[in-house]
Amino acid sequence: MDFNSFILMRHEMLLLAIILILVVAEVFTPLHKKTSIVHLSVFLFGIHTAVGFLTIEYGSLFGGMFHTTALIQFFKNVLNIGVLILLLQSADWIQEKIIQENRGVEFFMLLFSSLLGMYFMISSGDFLMFYLGLELSVLPVAALAAYETSKRISSESGIKLILSSALASGTILFGISMLYAMSGSIYFNDITNLTATSNLSILGLVLFFSGLGFKISLVPFHFWTADVYEGAPISIASYLSVISKGAAIFIMMILLFTVLKPLMQIWENLIYVIAVATMFIGNLFALRQQNMKRFLAFSSIAQAGFVLLGLIIGNRLGTATIVYFVLIYIFSNLAAFGVVQAISLKTGKENIKDYEGLYRTNPNLSLVMMLALFSLAGIPPVAGFFGKFFLFTAAASEGYYFLVFLGVFNVTISLYYYLLVVRAMFLRTSDNAIPYFKTKLYMRMGLLITVVGILILGIYSPLYDYIYELSKIIY
Amino acid sequence: MDILSLFIIVPILTVVALVFSKTLERSRVIAMIGSIIQAAMAINLVFAYLKERAVNDDIMVFTKDVVWFKNFNIHYNIGVDGISVALLALTAIVVLAGVFISWKMKELPKEFFISLIVLSLGVYGVFISIDLFTLFVFFEIAVIPMYLLIGIWGSGPREYSAMKLTLMLMGASAILLVGILGIYFNSNADGGPLTFNILDIAQVNIPIAAQKLFFPLVFVGFAVISALFPFHTWSPDGHASAPTAVSMLHAGVLMKLGGYGVFRVAMYLLPAGALHWSWFFIILAAFGVVYGAFAAIKQTDLKYINAYASVSHLGLVLFALLTLNKIAWNGAMIQSLSHGLLTALFFALIGMIYGRTHTRDVAKLGGMMKILPFIGAIYVITGLAYLGLPGFSGFVAEMNIFVGAFQQPDMFNRILTIIVVSSIVVTAVYILRLVGKVMMGPLLINEVTDLPKATWYEKTGLLLLMIPVIAIGVVPFWLSDIIMKSLEPFIQGVL
Repeated sequence: MDFNSFILMRHEMLLLAIILILVVAEVFTPLHKKTSIVHLSVFLFGIHTAVGFLTIEYGSLFGGMFHTTALIQFFKNVLNIGVLILLLQSADWIQEKIIQENRGVEFFMLLFSSLLGMYFMISSGDFLMFYLGLELSVLPVAALAAYETSKRISSESGIKLILSSALASGTILFGISMLYAMSGSIYFNDITNLTATSNLSILGLVLFFSGLGFKISLVPFHFWTADVYEGAPISIASYLSVISKGAAIFIMMILLFTVLKPLMQIWENLIYVIAVATMFIGNLFALRQQNMKRFLAFSSIAQAGFVLLGLIIGNRLGTATIVYFVLIYIFSNLAAFGVVQAISLKTGKENIKDYEGLYRTNPNLSLVMMLALFSLAGIPPVAGFFGKFFLFTAAASEGYYFLVFLGVFNVTISLYYYLLVVRAMFLRTSDNAIPYFKTKLYMRMGLLITVVGILILGIYSPLYDYIYELSKIIY
Repeated sequence: MDILSLFIIVPILTVVALVFSKTLERSRVIAMIGSIIQAAMAINLVFAYLKERAVNDDIMVFTKDVVWFKNFNIHYNIGVDGISVALLALTAIVVLAGVFISWKMKELPKEFFISLIVLSLGVYGVFISIDLFTLFVFFEIAVIPMYLLIGIWGSGPREYSAMKLTLMLMGASAILLVGILGIYFNSNADGGPLTFNILDIAQVNIPIAAQKLFFPLVFVGFAVISALFPFHTWSPDGHASAPTAVSMLHAGVLMKLGGYGVFRVAMYLLPAGALHWSWFFIILAAFGVVYGAFAAIKQTDLKYINAYASVSHLGLVLFALLTLNKIAWNGAMIQSLSHGLLTALFFALIGMIYGRTHTRDVAKLGGMMKILPFIGAIYVITGLAYLGLPGFSGFVAEMNIFVGAFQQPDMFNRILTIIVVSSIVVTAVYILRLVGKVMMGPLLINEVTDLPKATWYEKTGLLLLMIPVIAIGVVPFWLSDIIMKSLEPFIQGVL
C-alpha cells in the first residue's frame, strides 16, 4: 500500500477513518453529551462528501480487483450526497430515540459500513471484490432494519431482509460460478473476452441477473420490498430505496454493458419482459396502498422499472440517462421520505389518510411533498420529468417504441396515485389534521437540499452534458 | 431581453411576488398588475409583429435560439408567426379577464392566483415555442395546475372531475411524447442531425411509413385537449366543476392548444400522415360537432350546456383543419379565437349568475334581464355571437370554415360538410332557448327581485372580452390578413 493506493481508494479510506474516529469518540464522550456524536458524524460526513469532489487520477489496484474511473467517482459522490441528506433528515430521530437507548454510534457505524460496501461493489474489477462489496453493503442494513427493537414489525423486517438477501446472494454466487466455469476467470476484463453464447453462460447470466434483481426489487423479485420498508425505521427504508437501489442499478449497468455485453442478445429480451412486468406490477400495487411507506415502496419498484428502459439499449446514451435518472431519483425520493419521516417523528402518523388537510396546517411540508411527488411522476418543470424523458428517448433511440408506449402508459397510472397524496394534502380538509409543527434545523436543511435539487437538476443542462461526457469512459 | 421571453419571465416574476403576499387584497392586485403587463405586452407584440412582417420574410420572427441540452440537440428556441401572435393576444385578454372575475376569491387566494398564472405561463410557452421539446414541457406545465384549480376551488364532484381531467390530458400528452420521439428519431432522414426544431423538421422528408405510424399518436395527443370525440368526456365534467375563472381559461385558452398543436406539429411535420389519416379523424371530428350540439340541447345545467357547446365548436376547428383547405384553415384559426372569447364570456356570465342566484339549473332561472340588465344584455349578445350572427366573430369563423370545406371537390367531404353545417341549426336551438328562458322568460326565483348589480371588476372583465368579439366581426380582414400570410408555409408544406 503506497501513497498512490491511498489516493485511488480515497473514498474508502476516508470513510473507514470516519468509522474509526466515531468509535474512539464515543468512548471519550460523557454520557450526558451523547447527542454530540450526531453532530460529529454529520460534520465528518459532510467533509467527506466535499473532499470527494476534488478531482484526482484514476486507475486500478490489486491486479485489477479494484478500479476507479471518473464515472465511478462521480457515482460515489452521488451516493455520498444521498447519504448526507439522509443523515440530515434522520438526525432528529437519532437524537430523540436512538441516542437515548445508547445505540447512536452503532447506527452510524453500520450505515457507513454498508456505504463502504457499496463503494467496493461499484469499484470492483472482479467477481470476488464484487461479492464482498455486495455482502458488506447488505448485512449491516439488515441489522439497521431491525433497529427499532421495541417494535416487532421492525424485527420482522430485519429477518425478511436478511433471508431474502441471503437467497439473492446465493443465486448470484451460483450465477458467478457458472460464468466462471464457462470463461475460466473471475476478472471482468477476461470474462468479456472469453464469453460466448452457450447454455452455461445464459444460465449464469439469468441467475446472476435474478440475484441482482432482488437488490433492485425488480418484479418478480420484489416481494420483500413493501414489508421491509414498512417495518424498518424510515431512514433505513429510505436508504434501501434510494442509496442501496441506486448502487445496485449502477453496478448492474456496468456489468451488463461491459462484462456481459457479448450476451446482449439474451439480456435484451430478459430486460424487456422484466421492465414491462416491473412497471405494471409496481404501479398497479401502489394504487391501493394506504401506508405511506408501502406506497413509496411500490412507487420505487415502478421507478426501477423505468430505469430498465435505459438499460435495455446497452450503450453510452443508456449509461448517461440511467446515471442522470438515478441522481434525480435520489433527490426526489429522499424529499418524499424526508417529509414522511418528519411527520412520523412528530405525530407517529404514516397513513395517507392522516395527511388530509396538511396544506392548511403545514404548507411548507406539503409543498415539499408535492414537488417530490411531481418529480417522481415526471411532471415538468421539476427534475423528474427530464430524467424520465431522457430514459424514454434512450429506449426510442433503438426503436423500442412499443416499450416506450407502455412506459408512458405507466406514467399516467403512476400519476393517479401520486395525485391521491396531493389530493389528501391539498384538496381535502380534515378536523383532526396534523397540527402545525416546526421542523428542526437538520431536517429543514435536509429537505431544503432536496428541494433545490429537484428544482435545479433538470433545468440545469450542463449537468447532463457532464454525465454524458463521463459515460464514455466505460467503453 | 427579447420581446418573447418576457412572456415567460413576467409570469414567473408575478408568481414570485405572489408567494410573498399574504392577503386577498394584495394577491389580486399583484395578479392584476402582472396580467395587465402581459396584456400590454401582447398588444405591443401585435403591432411589433405587423411592423416586423413588412421587412422580414421569415416564417417565424423575433426568433431566439439558445442551446439547452446539446447532446439531444434540444434548444430553447422561440419565435412567433401571425397565428401565435393572435393566440397570444387572446390568452393575455382571457387571463386578465379571469383575474378580474376572480376578484372576490376567498379561499386560499394566493394559491389560486399562482396556479392561474402558472397555467397561463404554460400556454404562452406553447405558443412561442419552435422546439418540440420546449413545446412539450410548456404543454404539460399548462395542464397540471388544472388539477389543483379544479380540485381545491371547484364545486360539485370536484375531486372526481379534477382527477378525470388530469389523467386524460396527461395520458394524451404521454401518447404525444411517443409521437414526438418518433418525429425526433426520424428527423435525420435526409442526412442531417437529429433535431427537435419544428422549422428544420418541416424541411425533412420523413419516411412515409413513419409518418403513417406517428401521425395518429401526435394528432390524438393534441386533439384530446380540444375534446376530440370520443375523448371529450373530461371536458363537461371538468368545466362544470371548475371555478369561473378556470372554466374561462380552460375553455377559452387551454383547449386551443389542441388545435394549435395539431396544426403546428401533427399536420405540418407529418403531412403524408395527415393525408393518409384525415378521412378517419375527420369523421370523428364531424361526429363530435353534431354530437356536442345535440348533447347541449339535453343539458339542464348552464355550465354543461356550454361545455358541450365547446365540444361542438372545437370539433369544428379540428374538422376545418382536417379538410386541408386554405380558407377552412383560416376559418379554423378565427374560430379558435372567436370561441375562446365567446366561451370565456359565457363562463364568466354563468359564474356571475351563479354567484347571485346560487343555481345553474335552467329550470330554476328566468327573467334575469329584468333584475340583472347589464349581465343579461351581454349574455344575449354573446349568445347571438355564439350561434353565428353576422357582425360578430362567430359568423366570420364559421363562414370561412364551411365555404372552405365545401370547396373540396370530393363527395365524402361535401357530405360531411353538409352534416356539420346542420349543427348551426342545433346551436341556434339551444342558444335561443336559453336566451328565451333564462333571460327573457318570466321571473322565476321567488321573491328575489333585486340581486346585486354587476360590479366594476365584473364589467371590466366582460368588456375586455366583448370588444375583440365585435372587432373581429366588424373588420375580420385585419385578423385574416395576419393569419393568411402565416398559413403560406403550411400550405406549401402540406397541400
